[in-house]
Amino acid sequence: MNLAAIRAIYVFEMQRFFRTLAQSVVSPVLSTSLYFVVFGAAIGSRIETVEGIPYGAFIVPGLIMLTVLTQATSNASFGIYFPKFIGTIDEILSAPLSFIEITIGFVGAAATKALFIGLIILVTAFFFVDLAILHPVWMLIFLILTCVSFALLGFIIGIWADNFEKLQLVPLLVITPLVFLGGSFYSISMLPPAWQTVTLFNPVVYLVSGFRWSFFGEADVAIGLSIAMILIFLALCLGTIWLIFRTGWKLRK
Amino acid sequence: MTDPIVSVRKLVKRYVNGFEALKGVDLDIAEGEILALLGPNGAGKTTLISAICGITTPTEGTITVGGHDTVRDFRAARALIGLVPQEINLEPFEPVASTVAFSRGLFGKPRDPRLIARVLDSLSLGDKATARVRELSGGMKRRVLIAKALSHEPRVLFLDEPTAGVDVELRRGMWEIVADLKRQGVTIILTTHYIEEAEAIADRIAVIDGGRILLVEEKAALMARMGQKVLHVALTSRLETVPETLSSYALSLSEDGHSLIYTYDTRAARTGVVRLLAAIDAAGLQVADVTTRESSLEEIFVGLTRHEPEGNVA
Ligand SMILES: Nc1ncnc2c1ncn2[C@@H]1O[C@H](COP(=O)(O)OP(=O)(O)OP(=O)(O)O)[C@@H](O)[C@H]1O
Ligand SMILES: [Mg+2]
Repeated sequence: MNLAAIRAIYVFEMQRFFRTLAQSVVSPVLSTSLYFVVFGAAIGSRIETVEGIPYGAFIVPGLIMLTVLTQATSNASFGIYFPKFIGTIDEILSAPLSFIEITIGFVGAAATKALFIGLIILVTAFFFVDLAILHPVWMLIFLILTCVSFALLGFIIGIWADNFEKLQLVPLLVITPLVFLGGSFYSISMLPPAWQTVTLFNPVVYLVSGFRWSFFGEADVAIGLSIAMILIFLALCLGTIWLIFRTGWKLRK
Repeated sequence: MTDPIVSVRKLVKRYVNGFEALKGVDLDIAEGEILALLGPNGAGKTTLISAICGITTPTEGTITVGGHDTVRDFRAARALIGLVPQEINLEPFEPVASTVAFSRGLFGKPRDPRLIARVLDSLSLGDKATARVRELSGGMKRRVLIAKALSHEPRVLFLDEPTAGVDVELRRGMWEIVADLKRQGVTIILTTHYIEEAEAIADRIAVIDGGRILLVEEKAALMARMGQKVLHVALTSRLETVPETLSSYALSLSEDGHSLIYTYDTRAARTGVVRLLAAIDAAGLQVADVTTRESSLEEIFVGLTRHEPEGNVA
């Protein structure tokens, strides 16, 4: 294992992040704040509580998930796509490191960035609503697992994409709808029964539900199921990465 | 040759579009030598280098570097190699020193800011260490690429057209750097379109065309073996035409009419020089001076690659 190489990639990516810290952090914080204002204050004043939780607080876990998912995916996909695009990938391919180290470096950095932004949003949330976290350790575990899984997904997208459109397409067409329909802003039990069933095919439901449980002890689906689902998703991403690794797909000419 | 440091056997590279860029290349490179790889655009130089360095996967054949197979034992093989690519691939917003340090890290070497500073200095980039890559000129960027390759102290250095777009003075500077590396025992493989460059610094010359190695030979031996010599006979008087009595020699007259030019093959058993000089004397011409010139590598090269076998267009 070439640890120095992992470190080099990780540090390089993080430096890029911190160089553009303002852009990286301001936009997610701003948009989350807007959600709080629109959903929490405006709509929340009419909804009162969902499953005994004030609406403003109820949406916090979903909002954090929304941001973390998109950030992890886009950071990782861009992180590997950019070197492909400008050609610096050649240097990485010619270095004495395997695909495993490349993946750990890029995915690790993207997950860290997403985690960082997720925590900032959590802090921001305290300014808007009264919030207590029931299971802080589980909260962190869920957050980290989510960051890593979706960074892996983003990494796969970044390797697959051979133009900027494809790079944007998957997050836009798949991830955003999944997150919005994943129970970020409502409880699954508020939907008609037929839609409840459909919703159970959406993996994000399990993430948001489990994450919300770590805050309030309330969940749409059993917590064990949430954990199982996220681990399955993680395993799927790792499996895909392994396949790519085996075939050298789209990285080496 | 004692154990070659780089050994390429029956290397075939077929790209996904079916194009065969390398058609069975065999090449041994000795430790410590400078090999110049010459060939027209699209000959397969970059493809060959990319296959050795691990950027493209060979379709068939084997490559070893320092005795390590580049596929099975890629870590050990690649750790020995530095590559200066033909294309300038650099992160535009990165500071120079950090992009160079990144390369060192990629190759598994511990951080060493002093070494990085030394490498940058040796390439006259010392004052650009904190500048962003995009603030540099093209020639400076090329030197950053060299710094990246040297940052991890390779034993084999590939330079893919290192002096393209580099001014004359810098080119000489680069030749000195190459000579310096050779003194440190680094093996150097360089591609170039400047034949004078190969003539100036290479120990051996390989010519590749259409995905095949046409020739690999010591530079000196190559030039002696294939070289033609040109004999200039300067005369004290001016001639309008070559005299009748000398018509049996393939002579030409210089533009000013003051010298006779005779081209001969050094490989020939009889060069005919002595008889020619006697004939000139017999024709009553006064010889002022006689000089000979070896034909350049360029003429040899053009002669070799003139007949494009398959009419490839790069
Ligand atoms: N990715 C690719 N897919 C298909 N064909 C390719 C690819 N890369 C190179 N080729 C072809 O392979 C041949 C050799 O290309 P290569 O880049 O090795 O040439 P070269 O000798 O380095 O030329 P130059 O002097 O122009 O740099 C060319 O005909 C080129 O069109
Ligand atoms: Mg080339």
